[in-house]
Amino acid sequence: MTNDTSGDVRLSGIAKTYGSFTAVHPLDLTVPQGSFFALLGASGCGKTTTLRMIAGLEEPSAGTVHLGDQDVTALPPYKRPVNTVFQSYALFPHLDIFENVAFGLRRRGIKSVKKQVGDMLDLVQLGEQARKKPHQLSGGQQQRVAVARALINHPKVLLLDEPLGALDLKLRRQMQLELKRIQTEVGITFVHVTHDQEEAMTMADTVAVMNAGRVEQLGSPTDLYENPRTTFVANFLGTSNFIEAEVDSKSGDDVVLKAGGGKLLLPGARCSAPTTTGGKVLVGVRPEKISLVPAEEAGEIPEGRNRITGRIADSSFIGVSTQYVVDSPVCPDFEVYAQNIDRDTRLVPGAEVVLHWNPAHTFGLDASQDIDAGTEEEAVV
Amino acid sequence: MTVVNWLKRNLVVIAGLLTLSYLLLPNVIVTIFSFNNPKGRFNYEWQEFSTAAWKDPCGVSDMCGSLSVSLQLAFWATIGATLLGTMIAFALVRYRFRARGAVNSLIFLPMAMPEVVMAASLLTLFLNLGAQLGFWTILIAHIMFCLSFVVTAVKARVMSMDPRLEQAAQDLYAGPVQTFIRVTLPIAAPGIAAGALLAFALSFDDFIITNFNAGSTVTFPMFVWGSAQRGTPVQINVIGTAMFVIAVLFVLASMVISNRRNKQKA
Amino acid sequence: MATVTEAPPLAPEQPKPPRKRGRWTPYWLLLPGILWLLIFFAMPMIYQASTSVQTGSLEEGYKVTWHFATYWDALSEYYPQFLRSVLYAGSATILCLLLGYPLAYLIAFRAGRWRNLIMILVIAPFFTSFLIRTLAWKTILADGGPVVGALNTLHVLDVTTWLGMTEGDRVLATPLAVVCGLTYNFLPFMVLPLYTSLERIDPRLHEAANDLYAKPTTVFRRVTFPLSMPGVVSGTLLTFIPAAGDYVNADLLGSTDTRMVGNVIQTQFLRILDYPTAAALSFILMAAILVMVTVYIRRSGTEDLV
Repeated sequence: MTNDTSGDVRLSGIAKTYGSFTAVHPLDLTVPQGSFFALLGASGCGKTTTLRMIAGLEEPSAGTVHLGDQDVTALPPYKRPVNTVFQSYALFPHLDIFENVAFGLRRRGIKSVKKQVGDMLDLVQLGEQARKKPHQLSGGQQQRVAVARALINHPKVLLLDEPLGALDLKLRRQMQLELKRIQTEVGITFVHVTHDQEEAMTMADTVAVMNAGRVEQLGSPTDLYENPRTTFVANFLGTSNFIEAEVDSKSGDDVVLKAGGGKLLLPGARCSAPTTTGGKVLVGVRPEKISLVPAEEAGEIPEGRNRITGRIADSSFIGVSTQYVVDSPVCPDFEVYAQNIDRDTRLVPGAEVVLHWNPAHTFGLDASQDIDAGTEEEAVV
Repeated sequence: MTVVNWLKRNLVVIAGLLTLSYLLLPNVIVTIFSFNNPKGRFNYEWQEFSTAAWKDPCGVSDMCGSLSVSLQLAFWATIGATLLGTMIAFALVRYRFRARGAVNSLIFLPMAMPEVVMAASLLTLFLNLGAQLGFWTILIAHIMFCLSFVVTAVKARVMSMDPRLEQAAQDLYAGPVQTFIRVTLPIAAPGIAAGALLAFALSFDDFIITNFNAGSTVTFPMFVWGSAQRGTPVQINVIGTAMFVIAVLFVLASMVISNRRNKQKA
Repeated sequence: MATVTEAPPLAPEQPKPPRKRGRWTPYWLLLPGILWLLIFFAMPMIYQASTSVQTGSLEEGYKVTWHFATYWDALSEYYPQFLRSVLYAGSATILCLLLGYPLAYLIAFRAGRWRNLIMILVIAPFFTSFLIRTLAWKTILADGGPVVGALNTLHVLDVTTWLGMTEGDRVLATPLAVVCGLTYNFLPFMVLPLYTSLERIDPRLHEAANDLYAKPTTVFRRVTFPLSMPGVVSGTLLTFIPAAGDYVNADLLGSTDTRMVGNVIQTQFLRILDYPTAAALSFILMAAILVMVTVYIRRSGTEDLV
């Protein structure tokens, strides 16, 4: 990462309220120069409002926006060195592709735009389409025009508001890689708003998960996935199983917990809740970390692994893996994803099984939260 | 059986075309009678073919003068109503403000009011103020009743416009004035044009409100009204036919041009 | 690395953002047009209301004397004209709906590539002054002409005479001629809103209804017509209101026995110069129409006409 900070985006205490409704709670956030930053959340969580406050399209109710060392809070959008790729692109329908891309240059009084626009259209592989109107292009092409129209101005920060939302799945994957490539090439700070967790994880260096106007957690995609700190993050990014447990004792760096009749181990560093003895903790584990064996083979499970018993309630074969729902005394619908390497024919609905996993994959959360937070709004892939 | 079935399936088409001919029949009559050579003062009965009226369209005293008054009125009323109406339409769609309901009613009421009521009450106002009736009082009246129609036409267009387009312009360094000139206005243009065209037609063809507030000024519809009492010259039919043909040609030409443009670009 | 913390709650004295864009803009945009309407539409109504309760004469001037008897006198003297206005405008509106619906339907669903041409033909007659076109009906309905002859042969005139709409072999100068002229003049105001709301109907709804065992007539009754209600409501209003206040058709195509309230207002105002009576008549007409429109809109449940 460079030491240049002119492309830093610094939000201090920024907030937005509409009457009595708070869209964004006071928020401090720094996006360093040159990074690909994603704001991830369900619709209405405040991510787009935050983006629009950076663009200047929304006035913050409080707080300041800095770009590098410059306070831009009071600047209207047309005076900010920031450009936006709008949701559904907002290409000017009365102008052709060339004039759409040239729009920003012309407004800044640049006379000879021909070469720059030509180069930019070549970069996004639309050189041939310069004289067409936006409605004559396909969705993917329109998306590239929107990116070109913003990038040609060499903004310090490029803001992307659900830029891929209108594309079909295959094209979206392709454009994700394309955008990532462009970002690496031009080195501009990208701030990307999306509700698609997979999109955020594929593209961004850093992801901020937003919920109800607050940032729930911020970190690299792996960090967020492997060590979520709230049930919302655990459920919104992928799937998690939760067991309500009571703190029993401590053994070294691990916490020993009681759940049902058995004991579970949890690394102390992976627990975001207080671990006083007798206190409640939510124990979480991802479905793909779990192994599943028939009850009669329980003896073959190595020592030191967390284990619980249950009965298979349902199984669905989806090609690369088989997804089981296991009814266990500690959790009514425990999800387990098993890779289809050797399929055990005894693992059918009704079978008694033992689930076991490496304690290092366990995470602990504050038990006072809603276990189902973030499941309803789970991103549509 | 097949004939009955065909009739059944195309009943609505036949009925529709009959209505259309009902709508067009008077225009056909007007056109035919523009080639009449009537006996006496009224042009209601067919006598013999003649192109005299077409060769001398202004041959009736005062008619072309009244036509020119009507065209001038329609021109200025269109400009006034389009300007004021477009501003109101933008305010209604783009901004929040107090008394929106009252403004909406004030726009709606002139369209829900019989013309004769507006005509009579406006005359009462002018009489009370001691205003000199004439060109200016007619113009004031025309702008008043065209305004609501322009607002409705422009509002529909601006409402269907994506507000993100203007935000995108602002994001791309266009200030408020530039945004309006480069983006808002071109995109709203079809709605404004439709409103202006409507205003022109309404103003040009208005009789009732004009008749009340004209004083001694004579517009073309007033001339026609007067001639219905005194005698209808064939030239009236010539003007009517010419206006119809010009309007149809104008619309057809603009359609052909826009079609061709689309084909070239595609 | 990026950082995030919850900022402390705001201190109340924190200054507001300095920028407040466009707070007054809407008022400036509204001002000229709204002023125009207030001065030249709303204020005249007030003047008219005041004139209607004045007494006096042209020579000595008028004074507000709260003389409400003018209303009573006007109503008792001119109630036939009021009734005629409602009757003629009502008949014309119904005829417009019956004639206009097939045409609007034709343009919306069956015209194909002829759609634009038919639209032009519906609108273009506007550009020939409506007075000239109304005069053409004098020729069309002329005594002993082909139209009257045909109606006579088909015994249509017997029916209309029985209804009191015509007399003998004449059509001109009868109520039928006036209704016919009103229908003709306001038909486009029915067709255009009908077309607008029909055109919005997704043709797949017809297919879905067909698929769900509806006969063509049932499709129309259960799907098409209900969905076109906004067009029916605004079309009938746009036809009835101007027709009720019209005096041109009654004057050009009718006789002294077909005078409508518009004729009375016009004569009182422009010829007899009895301003209080004219103002009272005009006020009654306005009030009657506003009441009818309000009740009608409420009952049909379409309040988003504007």
